[in-house]
Amino acid sequence: MKYIDEFRDPATAKKLVEEINRLTSGMFPSTSLRERSSPLAERSRSQPLQVMEFCGGHTHTLFKYGIEGMLPADIEMVHGPGCPVCVLPMSRVDDCVTIAEQPGVIFTTFGDAMRVPGTRKSLLQAKADGCDVRMVYSPMDALTIARKNPERDVVFFALGFETTMPSTALTLLQAHREGLQNFSLFCNHITTPATMRAILTDPDLKLDGFLAPGHVSMVIGVHPYDFVTRDYHKPLVITGFEPLDILHALWMLMKQLAEGRCEVENQYARIVPEAGNVAGLKAIAEVYETREHSEFRGLGNIGDAGVQIRSAYAAYDAEKRFNLQAAASSHDPEHLKCAEVLRGVIKPWDCPAFGKDCNPQHPLGALMVSPEGSCAAYYAYGKLAKRKETA
Amino acid sequence: MCLGIPGQITELVDLDLLVAKVDIGGVKRDVIITCVVDDEHPAEECVGAWVLVHAGFAMSRLDEDEAARTLAYLAAIGDMDAELEAIRNIADALERSA
Repeated sequence: MKYIDEFRDPATAKKLVEEINRLTSGMFPSTSLRERSSPLAERSRSQPLQVMEFCGGHTHTLFKYGIEGMLPADIEMVHGPGCPVCVLPMSRVDDCVTIAEQPGVIFTTFGDAMRVPGTRKSLLQAKADGCDVRMVYSPMDALTIARKNPERDVVFFALGFETTMPSTALTLLQAHREGLQNFSLFCNHITTPATMRAILTDPDLKLDGFLAPGHVSMVIGVHPYDFVTRDYHKPLVITGFEPLDILHALWMLMKQLAEGRCEVENQYARIVPEAGNVAGLKAIAEVYETREHSEFRGLGNIGDAGVQIRSAYAAYDAEKRFNLQAAASSHDPEHLKCAEVLRGVIKPWDCPAFGKDCNPQHPLGALMVSPEGSCAAYYAYGKLAKRKETA
Repeated sequence: MCLGIPGQITELVDLDLLVAKVDIGGVKRDVIITCVVDDEHPAEECVGAWVLVHAGFAMSRLDEDEAARTLAYLAAIGDMDAELEAIRNIADALERSA
């Protein structure tokens, strides 16, 4: 396919890996050369550079193409929380089920959210128990269902980072324009920069740089990441989702580190304009406002990271329509280590449930549900046991 | 969740609702084009444009020049650095012999 195949060329990938190798071996020179001017010279080889790919889509690409296996041992990828399904607290799934159980409701959702476990059940189980839960490709599909079923109450589960926010906001605005009375959004959107800030303030994490999400950035643009370089001094490269995009971005990041630069760079300029998407941002600002507190699975409460529907559009807010009380915060089962995996503190194989009672057929934690979750990726691509330590 | 896929706009379906047909790898689907239409790019002129489609919405115009530039850069990446290294090595050798 055009604009996909070109970014999967194996020969170019090989060349990029060689160049990344050349840069990292320059940063970790043999002891005799260490006095030379490398900015990272004081680091020892036993501490690899830690790069966080924030986005679950990037995690998926890394695993699908075995990119981690190509990289020098001097680079360790830390899988970030950019998988909306993975950071969705169980209590919000419970709210979804509660809404779906109301008489007359058609509950619509992206497929990803169907199997996420709540404390009582998942949406898939709710559907099996007789609730009308429907998977849709677009929020506009939910609007079509609402038009066709004027006597039913159609709710769309608005989930995701900024990539998805313009589409749900524009759908709500369209419902408003048509005066539809039977459509609402259950808003669980979260924002990337605030989540990134929470990661940067976590004392357990020692990151050297970020790969930033390409499709979030096509909406918000380049500058919302400025604080990462300015306040936290971590270089950041916005990147696309094909294997060459990821390798190119890693090369750019290594080049920044090797040259002692700390900048926001855009590898994905074919899709990401500097100012983001003007129409999309306008729709977001019209419909959504910052929520004071948002609970993240594994990360706890992050102030300012979530959004809610503005009171001007309260008629389309499922939280108000179904009078949902703020659910008590819920905890994962004791033996699951989702939180630690999510924060990159441990690897999936360090969790006692991984691959045993928690597996893709019977996921206990959300990281095992979505193909973008690191546990599902580790499981699907055979990384079931700790890889041999390379000396 | 955030994945998108490139497609090419093939026809306008509804100018009021800003719906267009997009060919995504041979599959045609109606998508909303609100986010890729502005004064500079009126809806009437969008047929033929490449866009990134996510959840039924065209979310960004694919900048074909930028795509070509990135690919050209990638094609040259190793060559350029290898050349620089060769120059550096020669300079080092000259310095040593001096």
